[in-house]
Amino acid sequence: MTTTKVRPARSPISRLITPRQTGPRRGSTLLRHLLWVAVGAVAVYFVSYGIDPFRNYQLATVAAYLCVTAGLTMLTGLNGQLSLGHGALMACGAYTVALAQNELRDRGVLGAWVLPVSLALGVLVAALAGALIGVCAARLRGPYLAGVTLAVALVVPAFTTRFAGLFNADQGLSVYVEPAPAALGPYFPPERWQAWIAVGAAMVSLLIVANLVHSRFGRAFKAVRDDEVAAKLAGIHVARTQVLAFVVSAGCAGLGGGVLAVISQSVSPSVFGLTLSLNLLLAIVLGGLGSLFGAAWGALLLVLLPYLTTEVTRGFELSPGLANKLEGNLPLAIFGLTLIIVMLVAPGGIQDAFRALGRTIRRRF
Amino acid sequence: MERFIFLTFDGLSRGAVYAAFALALVLIWRAARVVNFAQGAMAVVTAYAAYMVSDAVGSYLVGFLFALVGGLLLGAVVERGLMRFVGHANPLNDVIVALGLVLLLTAVVGIVFGGEFRAANQPFDTKAIEVGGVPLMSRYDLFIWGTVATIVVLLALLFTRTAVGLRMRAAAFAPEVSRLLGVNVGRMLTLGWALAAVVGAVAGVLILPTELGLHPHAMDIVFASSFAAAIVGGLDSPVGAVVGGIIVGLILSYVSGYLGAALTPVAVLAVLLAVLLLRPGGIFSGVRARTV
Amino acid sequence: MTDVLVVDKLNAGYGAVPVLRDVDLTVPAGTITAVLGANGAGKTTLLRTITGLVRPTGGRILFSGADLRAVKVEQLVRRGIAHVPEGRGVVAELTVDENLRLGGLWRQDKADAKKATAEVYELFEPLARRRAHLGHQLSGGERQMLALGRALVARPTLLLLDEPSLGLAPKVTAQIMALLKQLRDTTGLTVLLVEQNVRGALSIADRGVVMSLGRVVMSADADHLLADDGLRHAYLGF
Repeated sequence: MTTTKVRPARSPISRLITPRQTGPRRGSTLLRHLLWVAVGAVAVYFVSYGIDPFRNYQLATVAAYLCVTAGLTMLTGLNGQLSLGHGALMACGAYTVALAQNELRDRGVLGAWVLPVSLALGVLVAALAGALIGVCAARLRGPYLAGVTLAVALVVPAFTTRFAGLFNADQGLSVYVEPAPAALGPYFPPERWQAWIAVGAAMVSLLIVANLVHSRFGRAFKAVRDDEVAAKLAGIHVARTQVLAFVVSAGCAGLGGGVLAVISQSVSPSVFGLTLSLNLLLAIVLGGLGSLFGAAWGALLLVLLPYLTTEVTRGFELSPGLANKLEGNLPLAIFGLTLIIVMLVAPGGIQDAFRALGRTIRRRF
Repeated sequence: MERFIFLTFDGLSRGAVYAAFALALVLIWRAARVVNFAQGAMAVVTAYAAYMVSDAVGSYLVGFLFALVGGLLLGAVVERGLMRFVGHANPLNDVIVALGLVLLLTAVVGIVFGGEFRAANQPFDTKAIEVGGVPLMSRYDLFIWGTVATIVVLLALLFTRTAVGLRMRAAAFAPEVSRLLGVNVGRMLTLGWALAAVVGAVAGVLILPTELGLHPHAMDIVFASSFAAAIVGGLDSPVGAVVGGIIVGLILSYVSGYLGAALTPVAVLAVLLAVLLLRPGGIFSGVRARTV
Repeated sequence: MTDVLVVDKLNAGYGAVPVLRDVDLTVPAGTITAVLGANGAGKTTLLRTITGLVRPTGGRILFSGADLRAVKVEQLVRRGIAHVPEGRGVVAELTVDENLRLGGLWRQDKADAKKATAEVYELFEPLARRRAHLGHQLSGGERQMLALGRALVARPTLLLLDEPSLGLAPKVTAQIMALLKQLRDTTGLTVLLVEQNVRGALSIADRGVVMSLGRVVMSADADHLLADDGLRHAYLGF
């Protein structure tokens, strides 16, 4: 027997003044999410053994993007803040990890704990940057916020060039990453190890975002998005809510950027430009704004589409010049076209389409 | 002191271009209450077309005219074929669609022309004209000022003296009433976008020779700077756009000259944040509620 | 006497909410018809549906025999229908002169448009004194004059007026009503007048139509409506 979950129609205000429920009810949300994570971890473990190294690399990349899209879909979908600067926040995390890893290696510091520390540092730096931007942008809405975050996105090459001694300008840095622990055996493919790291990070990101979304903070996010004045009247501190959403999503972006640095073992400003931010926007819109499943779809598409495009163009006989131009740009053209079409036709994205499908199926049976 | 004067004139030159671009943004904002985030990408497309044509034909003027026509068409097509169909349930929809257009246009330019920086040749001498032994400006700077001033004057005349300008203003201020008075509001909206695209196209053609050259992403920073200029002047004010453009041009010139060219994006961000946090309505912010 | 406007079983609404239910209305040429009723009766929606700002869900609208449903809003003024909407619709950001020019822009005969504008200035002397003032700088009465004048520049055959007396002092209202009467008498202008000011409207109207909850509940000659105590009490509240 299936029970259809009917969500009672409650206004944001009534949801907020409900007394905080402690004990079993609250515990069950966290437990539920931890269960999902455990199931996911087991699934990924087996999958990673079954696929070849290149697929593991793709899996790792998807997971890295998922760290970011999880936070970004919460920020834009649930909280209504459109940020075009998350590519720059990823850069914060990535460069921090790069510098930390290289610095620790130079000092001869080794061990399995080094990487988590670097990643945590990356998250911290990105979160601080996010706090800075968030505080400035807390009162900005719509196109004004988009414009400011667009300016943020353009700042990355400025920093890497100005402090070229540290960041090595456009050439970027290589990132030292320790190989897989000896306990896993000498023939353990590094791609699988990277996939584990990346998926682990994605799980952490998802766990934090999911729990936040289901908490009173998540409700506050939605309240401010839907009606700022009503939210204020209900006692929500609007600016603090906006900053919190921004900081958390920035931390997630920093984690994703750090993981990306580990996977590709290099960082450079061109990777983290405005185009990346626009791609992330496509990912969350396509997946479905505000949905974590949507964030997963989006991350998957970000990796799959360029890969498929390259495969398809390889089938044609093209001059190396043209092939080169297409390889970089054709996926982006498709991204742009897809974003436009989705916004016009199905603004709710894939997840919304699935929900609608689910509703029609449930109605029939 | 010499350096300062030189930077000032250079800033006025860039400022003129930012002013024109900001004017394009203000035009669309007033007509449709939308910030056209695709303005830069549209300008790149027309600029590439213009320089390809002028290289092929050997005449800068022909390329320039091509940019004008191309801008008109592109603006009309974008409004008529795309922006008109964007749902207004969510105020972010217009911005997201425009950003999709940026991805698409930039990528298409990259596919057709490749991503290397191409030389965009200046039609006039780049050598500085000296006044009293101090190099002040080049003939190209004069050309820029002349062109932008002409655009501003023509637009002002269009909007204040002509019937079509009156219709466009009425359509922007009071669309429903205008329809009752026989104004085809949809057509005026398309015309507004087309005009804005032409102004953006001209700005793009003007500024690119002074940058590193033609590149699919060359107008990103110009868009950001012009957006800042429009905000400084107030999105509702065409006069503000021009003044804002000059102010931002000067600021960026000084930053570039004294602190290094790489820091200009930081300066743009700083200007944006300063205005939005201190005087969000722009320096000309006058409160005028739309009453009937 | 021909009927300039015939509304036949008109139904309209906003989304799922019906506002007009089977509305029948005829407006003979050269007359003033007053549409009366409480707030929410559907009077404004009636005018907006006639001019096409609201799409009807059923029924017909005939203007001198032609079906208006097929006509776009922008085309109405060319056919001789002028609509002064609720709130007057003076464009606040334009000057008095620009507002008036706007009323005549669509005309091919530029000379006559200029002449019509001059006539409006003659008719409304306060406007002539404040030609260069912006719309939002005018008083309520001046705005009504401007809105009316702008409609008249188009030399309409049918004038649709939505609550012209709203927010105006009684003296100004009386002037407006007198003017409408004068226009009907001298130029044969047909007027469909939506009003809350029942006495003022019926003092100049030839016919009175009373609406309630989207339906026409009474349609009679204005004198008859005023004279019959029973009808007056029942439908007009006095």
